[in-house]
Amino acid sequence: MLRFVARRLLLLGPILLGLSVLLFVWLRALPGGPASALLGERATPEAVARIEELYGLNEPWYVQYWKFLVNAVQLDFGNSSRTNRPVVEEMLRTFPATIELGTTALIFAIGIGIPLGYFAARRYGTWLDNLSVSGSLIGVAIPVFFLAYILKYVFAVRLGWLPTGGRQDPRMDAEHPTGFYVFDGIITGDLEAILDALVHLILPAVALGAIPLAIIVRIARASVLDVVHEDYVRTAEAKGLYERTITRRHVLRNALLPVATVIGLSAGLLLSGAVLTETVFAWPGVGFFVAEAIGNRDYAVLQGFILMIAFLYVLVNLAVDVSYGLIDPRVRVQCALPRSRRPPRLRRSARRAAASARTPGSGCAAIRWRSSASG
Amino acid sequence: MALIGFGLIAFFVLVAIFAPLIAPYGPTDRPGADVITPTNIPGPSAEYWFGLDELGHDEFSRVVFGARQSLLVGVVALLLGMAGGLLLGVLAGAFGGKVDGVIMRIVDVMLSIPGLLMAIAIAALLGRSLLSVMIAIAVINIPIFARLLRGQMLAQRESDYVLAATSLGVRRRSIILGHVLPNSMSPVIVQATLTLATAIIEAAGLSFLGLGSPDPRVPEWGLMLANTQRYLASAPHLAFFPGMAIVLAALGFTLLGERLREALDPKYRR
Amino acid sequence: MRTTRLSRRFAAVSALVAGAMVLVSCGGDDDGDDGDGAEGTAGGSLVFGASADPIILDGALFSDGESARPAYQIFEGLVTTEEGGTEIVPALAESWEASEDGLEWTFHLREGVTFHDGTEFNAEAVCFNFERWYHFEGVMQSPAVSYYWNTVFGGFSDGAAPSLYAGCEATDDSTAVISLTSPSSAFIAAMQMPSFRIASPKALEEGDADAVSGTEESPAFEGTFGYENPAGTGPFMFESWERGSQLTLVRYDDYWGEPAQLDELIFTVIPDGPARRQALEAGDIDGYDLVDPADADALETAGFQIMRRPAFNVGYVGFQQSYPPFDNINIRKAIAHAINKENLIQTNYPEGTEIATQFMPPELFGWADDVTVYDYDPEEAQRLIAESGVTDLTLQFWYPTDVSRPYMPNPQANWELITADLEAVGFTVEPMTATWNPDYLDGTSTGGTPMFLLGWTGDFGDPDNFIGTFFQTVNPQFGSFENPEIFAKLDEAEAETDPDRRTELYQEANRLIMDFVPGVPYVHNQPAAAFREGISGYVPGPLNNESFAAVTVE
Repeated sequence: MLRFVARRLLLLGPILLGLSVLLFVWLRALPGGPASALLGERATPEAVARIEELYGLNEPWYVQYWKFLVNAVQLDFGNSSRTNRPVVEEMLRTFPATIELGTTALIFAIGIGIPLGYFAARRYGTWLDNLSVSGSLIGVAIPVFFLAYILKYVFAVRLGWLPTGGRQDPRMDAEHPTGFYVFDGIITGDLEAILDALVHLILPAVALGAIPLAIIVRIARASVLDVVHEDYVRTAEAKGLYERTITRRHVLRNALLPVATVIGLSAGLLLSGAVLTETVFAWPGVGFFVAEAIGNRDYAVLQGFILMIAFLYVLVNLAVDVSYGLIDPRVRVQCALPRSRRPPRLRRSARRAAASARTPGSGCAAIRWRSSASG
Repeated sequence: MALIGFGLIAFFVLVAIFAPLIAPYGPTDRPGADVITPTNIPGPSAEYWFGLDELGHDEFSRVVFGARQSLLVGVVALLLGMAGGLLLGVLAGAFGGKVDGVIMRIVDVMLSIPGLLMAIAIAALLGRSLLSVMIAIAVINIPIFARLLRGQMLAQRESDYVLAATSLGVRRRSIILGHVLPNSMSPVIVQATLTLATAIIEAAGLSFLGLGSPDPRVPEWGLMLANTQRYLASAPHLAFFPGMAIVLAALGFTLLGERLREALDPKYRR
Repeated sequence: MRTTRLSRRFAAVSALVAGAMVLVSCGGDDDGDDGDGAEGTAGGSLVFGASADPIILDGALFSDGESARPAYQIFEGLVTTEEGGTEIVPALAESWEASEDGLEWTFHLREGVTFHDGTEFNAEAVCFNFERWYHFEGVMQSPAVSYYWNTVFGGFSDGAAPSLYAGCEATDDSTAVISLTSPSSAFIAAMQMPSFRIASPKALEEGDADAVSGTEESPAFEGTFGYENPAGTGPFMFESWERGSQLTLVRYDDYWGEPAQLDELIFTVIPDGPARRQALEAGDIDGYDLVDPADADALETAGFQIMRRPAFNVGYVGFQQSYPPFDNINIRKAIAHAINKENLIQTNYPEGTEIATQFMPPELFGWADDVTVYDYDPEEAQRLIAESGVTDLTLQFWYPTDVSRPYMPNPQANWELITADLEAVGFTVEPMTATWNPDYLDGTSTGGTPMFLLGWTGDFGDPDNFIGTFFQTVNPQFGSFENPEIFAKLDEAEAETDPDRRTELYQEANRLIMDFVPGVPYVHNQPAAAFREGISGYVPGPLNNESFAAVTVE
């Protein structure tokens, strides 16, 4: 397992490098530049030219890229052309906000999604099942901003139970050493700050987590349905085991693999959803900042942030892959064995058949398997 | 449930085809020109079933005409995506080996990029037009069909009838085109209906983001939704009707697809 | 199926979660009663919803509205504008006069004024600030940084470009003399802007305000002055700034004039317009700016106050005469007649919005009430088209997306209505669009958009800021047309020092411009701010430079 993790981490370097080149070229290929973004209606060709000259935007792209690379290795991603602050500073400011929100949303989606999917599958064909399926279909169809507005309107404006946005009450004075408000409240021992931060998290997390929730419900349900019809479950039932034991020992563990994959994929979803959610709830996070930076052609921010996001994305997926090992002992055992000791590779045809089926076959291929769990 | 799905789809297709007959006004007519102010955008009434929009158009007419656009984009994008995906899938499944490996790597890369982001990038590169939206959505869906068909074909390759045909000396191309492919189609059909649903939503999403046709006079549900954020409190009908239309259309295809799959997949039969 | 332990456990957990939520919501009202002295007219805090985070609090280094808003509370200039208007009135200077030749301006400064850091305000401080701006180097000279210095004074001490500024002398503690290289009357009006407001020299030095780091390609302001210690003389002083979220100011008790009423003034960042409205409705904020026209009525009915500013902007349809048929004056006049401006205003703008007849608002001196007006007259439009002899009536008409401007809250809506009007008289319109930032702005400013929607919000109370910016010289935005008559008239008006004669000259210029029809101005919009009941003392002004000093909360 350790070797596996180490190997993946080593791959990280080249991946990020390649990505950075692609990014750089793509950004420069986009029409327009930061100059007119900064000037608004006051942009004149002379002003734009002057700014481009000052910012070194006239140099050939490989020269700019080289300078960027040299600085990036020293963790200096340059400065934002809009705020004129170091990109690293903006990252330290915005990433904790989004990570806190995303994590909460994910906990919400998983905490409700898996049980709901499980029960929908176990009660296949009943009202609960149909409701869950329909709910998840609608959940995917509703535009995120629409859902966010409705939640806000009902709970914050009409009922006044929850705040309309932001991470904390403007009049509250709290310390934020790490930038994760709930955590900060815990370490400073400020109960009011903890509660305030939590209260501000509820609506955005629900809005953001709604789509992953819908997907997780569907996948969990489909996956549980698959497993429940397998022979070994029928055997277990015939043996007379309690349903709870069956569930814990057999169904859940086998059903969770596709769900784990989906959770990894959700990381990408959360990021795109984060942009809209952060905008609607005035959450000062990465999504909104990057969206702004695209409009402003803030190259430094875009390069640094997108690379960081890719880095985190790879880490999350690595964590998911590691979790395969935790959930499914077959994977753990086989991948940890040196190549010579592993069970003989199945004949090509059988392997391909396994690969094409919806669940992972045996072997380390399970870890490399990336497709969606159900068609 | 399948009936509901089928009914919804039929309803939309009919509405799209007969739009000029169903809609009382043209999409650019402004029957409410004299009445509209930023704070007075009338909602549903007897005269205007879905109310008026912020420029005085009849919302019902615009939603009806919007069906054409949405379904057109969805269907064309689906067909393009299916064609590309099936081609790749057939090649991978038929030839196997290195060809398969290369194609599947490409497909994996395509799958690992979040769909919406890729669509945005493509649409941004190709410029704003209906065509670029269609192409973008098609491209997102190519890997899904490719992988699906390849899997099916691989499974089919090992089956007895293929073995029989090969031993009889039937040429490979005939086997594939005449036997394996048709037998692989049922999950593809299921996927097609589901993809049509998501294509409609994605098309709306891309228009919402401003990547679709630059002509705001042509009604498109996503575009109609885009302009309504500021009116959610004062004129919610502007967002409600196009939004519901998108959801119902997508729902219709999804329901149909789900039930089709459950009908065709033996595992689900109880 | 029989209920399992799992499902029962699940139900219990959900009940717990629900219970917790109820508890939390009951405990969530602790923000309402915190304000000390919230009763009565003095004290209390006000939370204002800003649309973006300030970039920096150093007036010389930004040019956007959201950075300006807190800066107007912290800093003061030699002069300021009267409340609710554009007329220049004394601020840190009690009086001023120009020398005979208009090259030396003597300011008699107020005495007994202190900066927030305790240092004394005097003529030396004034000259320190002016010299600092004049000596900006490198990226500090960029129009994106010191836009207003570039616009008003032109060049810097390095002599690369000619500068209006010649020098500053502190003849005694309360007299500062500013010398110019050529006579100009426009510069006084500009002195009220944040770029020319006076900051404490001690704070500037200690805070290393001119420190720039990073590479040439992407500079960063390193000094702490603009982020942690912006010391001015205004009624509010800086307390804390959580970047991206909120900025907190507190009352400056040693203010030279009437101290501020509020204890605390908080600007919290809410980028999304409808989200600001919802925050106001829910009571999370006390006010916000740029109310969407669609919300004004609903808010007023619900008991909120809508404060409309006198219009100080103009929205127009621009023509680039480098593209046919816009080089033909009959076509331009035909378009002007074809547009139904009244219906456009009524449909897309709040009640009370004025139709524009020229490229500057009536608020401003130099506005002429007798310019040629192009009424809605489709028949006249058609006649002009026929007379023009132009056969290809295809117009490429651009509009921006992703943007809402004070003069154009909904560009797409404006575009649709105007297009319908144009097609009704026989034009064929090709829809063209781009995102505001940067493509649309790039296109319009470099001459890539034959016909387009745009506008302008005035920065300071001088016609030079409107029609001088547009038409004083060859401008790619309008197709680089050459009209020596207009150019000369505007040059003359800018240099003129006698106020009455200036007014006349600008009026003549407006007449000339509207006869030439380089574009069709159609609206002067009144951007509005919204406050909850119980807030008073806020006087909306055309230049968006309102002070919160007199504001009280109940």
